[in-house]
Amino acid sequence: MHAFAELMNRLAFTSSRNAKLELMQAYFRTTPDPDRGIALAALTDGLNLRLPFRRLVAELLEPHVDPVLYKLSRDYVGDTAETVSLLWPVHKAQAPVPSLSEIYQTLQSLKRTDAGPVLSGWLDALDANGRWALLKLVTGGLRIGVSARLAKTAIAQAFGHDVADVEEIWHSIELPYENLFAWLEGRSEKPDPGDTPVFRPVMLAHPLEDGDLEKLEPSEWVTEWKWDGIRVQLAGNGSDLRLYSRTGDDISKAFPDIADAFLGFHGVADGELLVMRDGHIAPFNDLQQRLNRKTVSAAMVKNYPAHIRFYDLLFSGSQDIRTRDFTARREHLEDLLAANVFSRASVSEVIEFKTFDDLTVLRDGARDANIEGLMLKRIASAYLAGRPRGHWFKWKRDALTADCVMMYAQRGSGKRSSFYSDYTFGAWRTGEDGEQELVPVGKAYSGFTDAELKKLDKFVRDNTTDRFGPVRAVKPELVFEVAFDAVQPSTRHKSGIAMRFPRIHRIRWDKPAGEADHLDTLLKLIA
Amino acid sequence: MTLDPATWLYPTPKGLYCEPGDFYIDPSRPVEKAVITHGHADHARPGNTSVMATRQTIDIMQVRYGERAGDTLQAVDYGETISINGVDVGMAPAGHILGAAQVILDWQGYRAVVSGDYKRAADPTCADFEVVKCDLFITEATFGLPVFVHENAATEAARLVASLAASPQRTHLLGVYGLGKCQRMISLVRAAGYARPIYLHGALQGLCDYYTSQGVELGELRPVADEAPETLQGELVLCPPSAIADRWSRRMSDPLTAFASGWMRVRARARQRGAELPIIVSDHADWPELLQTISDVEAGEIWVTHGREDALLHQISNMSLKGRALALVGFEDEGE
Repeated sequence: MHAFAELMNRLAFTSSRNAKLELMQAYFRTTPDPDRGIALAALTDGLNLRLPFRRLVAELLEPHVDPVLYKLSRDYVGDTAETVSLLWPVHKAQAPVPSLSEIYQTLQSLKRTDAGPVLSGWLDALDANGRWALLKLVTGGLRIGVSARLAKTAIAQAFGHDVADVEEIWHSIELPYENLFAWLEGRSEKPDPGDTPVFRPVMLAHPLEDGDLEKLEPSEWVTEWKWDGIRVQLAGNGSDLRLYSRTGDDISKAFPDIADAFLGFHGVADGELLVMRDGHIAPFNDLQQRLNRKTVSAAMVKNYPAHIRFYDLLFSGSQDIRTRDFTARREHLEDLLAANVFSRASVSEVIEFKTFDDLTVLRDGARDANIEGLMLKRIASAYLAGRPRGHWFKWKRDALTADCVMMYAQRGSGKRSSFYSDYTFGAWRTGEDGEQELVPVGKAYSGFTDAELKKLDKFVRDNTTDRFGPVRAVKPELVFEVAFDAVQPSTRHKSGIAMRFPRIHRIRWDKPAGEADHLDTLLKLIA
Repeated sequence: MTLDPATWLYPTPKGLYCEPGDFYIDPSRPVEKAVITHGHADHARPGNTSVMATRQTIDIMQVRYGERAGDTLQAVDYGETISINGVDVGMAPAGHILGAAQVILDWQGYRAVVSGDYKRAADPTCADFEVVKCDLFITEATFGLPVFVHENAATEAARLVASLAASPQRTHLLGVYGLGKCQRMISLVRAAGYARPIYLHGALQGLCDYYTSQGVELGELRPVADEAPETLQGELVLCPPSAIADRWSRRMSDPLTAFASGWMRVRARARQRGAELPIIVSDHADWPELLQTISDVEAGEIWVTHGREDALLHQISNMSLKGRALALVGFEDEGE
């Protein structure tokens, strides 16, 4: 448990992706089975403990701590699990520290009535970091900024493998993953997923850049719309069906409507998950209501009905067709969907074109909010894992832009910890007193060069009006031309709007702040 | 009947004042006569006319303020007593930093101890705290909440040394308070077996030199000055906390930011600082040490100065002692 607690503790304070990977790799290389398997499940959200420990823990602490001191402490620390981990009385004679697998095994068969004494015993044996990690583990919320995919990348890289190889078998293997580690360490064969509908690595596109088009031969390419939903993979073996996100997370439970609609589906297909009402695609914001949920209510399913618009087919039945060309795979896809009567399914149409000029016209003419742009796919290309060069291009519509005024700047982290690199910017509106005032409309930390960052940092330091910890308020003088993909209504922000993917497009050192955009202009852009 | 101590020892806008002795302890503004507990800038300020303190505190004030340390500087040894207008003034080690003292005041059979800042945990860079039994004990409360239980300092230093070994491509940038914490951390990582040269921000050099002259072993120290980023790769660099967020730190290659402070105990505080490796080492008493000390000195009355006094006063009343919050201006609890 000590190594796991130290890992959790370090990860919680580490922001750089590479540094996180390094910490995890070191842990997985040096920790024995089955502990590292339990840790891997915890990091990939596969532990599913979520016992009602929160109340229990507070009850256990009660006899040891004065209620006034508890309240003052809780207020200061701001987190119950952390407060309890810090206030837990320290015993001189320490019990042996349990291993992560001992903890997991015990919890699997724990009776509710035994939970108190068992948990107390562990808390007695652990130090403050250990208690914190244990409480985070049993209450099911690690919140250390590690995605399941990052953890999978770490185990693959720790033993010199590609993350795609791990993803291919991930959903067919089980905790504590001893066969996975045996294979990674070269001690046994790769586990065979057999008939399980596992996730297959997705093929991704490169953005089309200036000069790319001229090098291509139009007759070798097809095009289709790039739909504005989330990329998913549907995998079924005729009886078992799974819906995976682009990063290989199993999101089936959040989409029971998809599971019902694709009963009997056999194959692996690639598509875009959308919310569709009466044949019309709803705005992305509607889809967002259904994302990042563990379960879903009947009302949710009814109000935000899910739909898949398919792009490609990887397996037809149990036949792997990834090496076939686009046209062949597309025929299989259409056959599969035609032969079965799946509701909530459609095929993304292939658009005819002769010259790339036709495409430019198409792309510029696409005003439908649900279209992000065009996809260009090479007909002869196989379905390849990852983001191979020269096979697929995405050609997004020009972003929307608005002129906004920098209001606050926050210090970055890691390499940027000495730079004010995260900017909150605002648009003008008429205040209650009739005066023009700025209201924050978004935050961005990309889109500028290192040289520009230095200049921006200097501007912040020279124009600071107030400080709040790592944040500085600045004189409202600098205008950013902000690029963003869409504007959505939001109840969480004072302005009532949220920008999608905002980034700094240009820094308008020349433009007076008074000439920046008004909030009304942004409100009109809501899809 | 005993005289209420508040009639002869009380807070004023200039700081804690001893009326019969006509002197201030750690005054926040320049005064005629000052008694100083230790060299930290919020306790030892420049511009007093006469200053009484331990030899080392006076030395530190001279390193920092030069001529402005005071017109008359009187050194008092631990255990020595000087009479000022009938008040006997003594010094006892506070265990906080080099030269730090508790000021013992004896007047008309009544003993008050002004502890300044103190800790009980072992520290090879200064003398150990000494318990002085008294009638009135004035304590700090920087970490006056039960969540503050400092880790073992040697274990924390070992974590830093382990990280240096595990991430040899990253410059380890450790933010430390320049007086006390800096030298203690160096001494701790040396004890943990770290033998490489340690690099220093310019602001830390002077006091490290002073500690070395006082017999505190710090090993090889080098100025960061204009070292190339490649030279500093994988090395340990110490700087004042503010320098990490400052443009100064840009010369480091892929720095790993660490902070050594008691505040690192609480995650939100560590995150606010941007610490990637929080090191929980403090020169202030943690909660158990505060309670231990309050009980050890056997004083009937406890006054609580700067810090989180609410919780400590509540605890003092639970211990059936008389407690009082002493609102003193000018002390910073953030500087730790």
